[in-house]
Amino acid sequence: MDLLNAFIALSNFVLIPGIAYGSQLALGALGVTLIYGILRFSNFAHGDTMAFGAMATIMVTWLLQSWGISLGPLPTALLALPFGIAFTALLLLGTDRVIYRFYRTQKSPPVIFLIVSLGVMFIMNGLVRFIIGPGDQRFADGERFIIRAREFKAWTGLSEGLAFKTSQGITVITAVIVVAWLFWFLNKTRTGKSMRAFSDNEDLALLSGINPERVVTITWILVAALATIAGVLYGLDKGFKPFTYFQLLLPIFAAAIVGGLGNPLGAITGGFVIAFSEVTITYAFKKVLTYILPDSLDPTGLVQLLSTDYKFAVSFVILIIVLLFKPTGLFKGKAL
Amino acid sequence: MSEPFLIGDKMTGGYGKGPDILHDCTLAVNKGEIAVIVGPNGAGKSTAMKAVFGMLNVHTGAVRLNGEDITKLSPQARVAKGMGFVPQTSNIFTSMTVEENLEMGAFLREDGMEETMQQVYDLFPILKEKRLQAAGELSGGQRQQVAVGRALMTKPTVLMLDEPTAGVSPIVMDELFDRIIEVARTGISILMVEQNARQALEIADKGYVLVQGANRFTDTGQALLADPEVRKSFLGG
Amino acid sequence: MTVNMKNISLFALVGVLIIGAGIIQGANTALLILNFGLISAIMSLGVNLQWGLAGLLNVGVMGFVALGGLAAVLVSMPTTYDAWSAGGGRMIVALLVGLGAIIATVFAYKKLPAGKTRTLAILVLLIAGFFLFRSLFDAAVTEIERVNPAGTGYLGGLGLPVIISWPVGGLLAAGAAWVIGKVALGLRSDYLAIATLGIAEIIISLLKNEDWLSRGVKNVVGIPRPVPYEVDLQASQAFIDTAASIGFEPVLASTLFVKLCYAALFTTVLLILLWLSQMALNSPWGRMMRAIRDNEVSSQAMGKNITARHLQIFILGSAICGIAGAMMTTLDSQLTPTAYQPLRFTFLVWVMVIVGGSGNNWGSVLGGFLIWFLWVEVEPMGAALMNLITAPMADGYWLKDHLLESVAHMRLLTMGIILIVVLRFSPKGLIPEK
Repeated sequence: MDLLNAFIALSNFVLIPGIAYGSQLALGALGVTLIYGILRFSNFAHGDTMAFGAMATIMVTWLLQSWGISLGPLPTALLALPFGIAFTALLLLGTDRVIYRFYRTQKSPPVIFLIVSLGVMFIMNGLVRFIIGPGDQRFADGERFIIRAREFKAWTGLSEGLAFKTSQGITVITAVIVVAWLFWFLNKTRTGKSMRAFSDNEDLALLSGINPERVVTITWILVAALATIAGVLYGLDKGFKPFTYFQLLLPIFAAAIVGGLGNPLGAITGGFVIAFSEVTITYAFKKVLTYILPDSLDPTGLVQLLSTDYKFAVSFVILIIVLLFKPTGLFKGKAL
Repeated sequence: MSEPFLIGDKMTGGYGKGPDILHDCTLAVNKGEIAVIVGPNGAGKSTAMKAVFGMLNVHTGAVRLNGEDITKLSPQARVAKGMGFVPQTSNIFTSMTVEENLEMGAFLREDGMEETMQQVYDLFPILKEKRLQAAGELSGGQRQQVAVGRALMTKPTVLMLDEPTAGVSPIVMDELFDRIIEVARTGISILMVEQNARQALEIADKGYVLVQGANRFTDTGQALLADPEVRKSFLGG
Repeated sequence: MTVNMKNISLFALVGVLIIGAGIIQGANTALLILNFGLISAIMSLGVNLQWGLAGLLNVGVMGFVALGGLAAVLVSMPTTYDAWSAGGGRMIVALLVGLGAIIATVFAYKKLPAGKTRTLAILVLLIAGFFLFRSLFDAAVTEIERVNPAGTGYLGGLGLPVIISWPVGGLLAAGAAWVIGKVALGLRSDYLAIATLGIAEIIISLLKNEDWLSRGVKNVVGIPRPVPYEVDLQASQAFIDTAASIGFEPVLASTLFVKLCYAALFTTVLLILLWLSQMALNSPWGRMMRAIRDNEVSSQAMGKNITARHLQIFILGSAICGIAGAMMTTLDSQLTPTAYQPLRFTFLVWVMVIVGGSGNNWGSVLGGFLIWFLWVEVEPMGAALMNLITAPMADGYWLKDHLLESVAHMRLLTMGIILIVVLRFSPKGLIPEK
């Protein structure tokens, strides 16, 4: 019984939040990795793209709410999501047309793209704060829980409760659908294959008649979708605040690099590696240990390896270890 | 004599705004024939072929395909016109399967490509066997087959090969040459650059010996092989 | 107009801008802009060394600046003897144990043959070391933070003159740069960018959370000054007389005098660093750096050890940022960890370097002043603009309120646009590299 309680406590505080957070990071890292694979630069504006996508979705959500439209137990934001993606796609395509395309025709080196993306980051950051403000925004509605801790206790008779938030459930389901669709698209459709070909060998792709501008356009649209979905899921789960999205840049890049930049499978693996390390290392294991250890050995402290204030240090240390020992990442990076 | 199917006529030019590398250089190939460009290192062999394919700034002279002037067309547009090009290096999508490589070759085509793909598999049976394997995992000779196969997928009328036998063993080279002859028999003109001058000239209908970006000798393959001066200077005696 | 004339007039223009601000907003404002401009100029010199001379992307300027700020606290604040006797010794032991565990791990990795034994040894060293460190460390932290938490609650500093913290800040930053550089240099350029981004976040969270070291979010206030205090000046008859003789009333004169003293100190540092940077730029070493930047492959072929050179210049540039950070905390007289924002301390410096002219030290200095001026002044200018735009709207109309409220975020937008426009139309910046 104690073992079961320990497992429930672990699921409640480590497994479920880890899976949800991992899915969010994986979606973010997929966007970064797509840009790296096709446009060949590290996009520092990605965190703020996620913030913009989430913001656009929130605005539409509010509009729908004011019209009295809702999805019942599900958050209205899901209904607003396609609109958010559309706005973000327009923004990214506009940015590409006005800013990035010039450097592409110049065949500028990736560092220049990176610095340009810093400028874009500034602009997007300003734009988001200008429109919605720098503060926290609430937009989650509908049923908050799929399983409530108290009901779970009453239902199972265990002393430890299990809470499963709607946002977590939606995150996992959405992530699975999106990732499955993306892999199908990249591996089975002609357009997806042409993107992989472009990423693999740009010159040969041109020789084969693949239109580079079309590939780039589709990439930005996919990135807009991935970033918006990741941003909205994160916002539903943990609340929306522009600055936290900027801070997500580090774990997202860590995830993409750990998996191997440019490798979609790597981005997903990296997302979960980073998320679980972060959650596990910053979780206080006192409760779990109290259940599984004999009373005489009960821990006195919190048994927390690192305080949650240092969660960024976890991504960072993993990043450093990967850079030291396997700079190409767990999966070989570069091509899609 | 009527004009050859493809002709790079008296081409002079270089890369971008750089100095001229080609000087009044002429290359031509008839329908279903094999033309081979040989010459010492740095003679501009690959450059000459790239000029025919539109990757060079040719300011004097012209390139004509089937009588049509294509001098101003981009390489991509030439692909659409029926020219296939196999670069010397990075000529396959290493992370994609053999079949996907062929599919990408046919990217421009609107009609079905199953038939062409079957023809490529008939020509290179080993590719059919390995069609679901990543092209980057294949051996050197097999990679070249993928590269040629990819270029054939557009159903080109002219196939241009830049040193197709670079870095493969002599046995594989012979095999590749056999395949190239087979391709030519289907009516496709072949223009290729070769380091292995002697073997290449043996299968060539037409041979061009280039030196410093200009034509030095031009004749049938057999005649060049028999020419004592060519033998002495370019074929090692 | 010769190039030199153009450059002089650009500097003159910035001078006029600052003086103009002085006339409109008062001399105190102008001097404040000047002082922060001097510090910004030093930061951008540091980043220019890394980016302009070597093409290295440091996206963690904020972290190195913050380390400088920490140095100011550690050097100049009075020692908290009670805290030291409560847990100081244990803290030092804990830190030594932590360091020892890391060194032992590295040693084991280098000396033992690869295999299961090594993996096991490293794991044991790391895990045992970590728990030992944590047990000692946590106890020490509790003891230290228990001592007068409202007033001190930290170990304090060395009680030395604050100016000493400027080179110390440089050293701290150099140390951090060495660690980062060792790991991330020699790999692709974006890896360095991401690694520096990470270290900056971590340094800030250290400052926010390690109360025993820097009081965390409780802030360290009252850092001793290297210049006189206004109240002392106002109490000094000699000062009042001198001020009166040139027609100033004592309160204003004292505030201006203090700021001028800072300006003199900062100008001295800037001139020394600028002179050193110019020497470095035109030395054989500087030429080699530029050769490496422009063509890594051929430089490598000529037998240059690129990674080692890059490490040198990365450390030097970060050290300069550390010095600037210590100077800034000195000027503020307080360390406020929550004030370190990446957009302000990292990316703004990048805008300075690029707008000024990457690769040109004078350009960086100009960019430092100009962009700082804009950063400060865009807000009132934006507010004025917004007032103009919203004037026709009715009071209480939601859009009017929203626009007026959001003026503060205009400057991020403006800076981003400036950066993009300069990169696009004048990528060499205002004063291009020769």
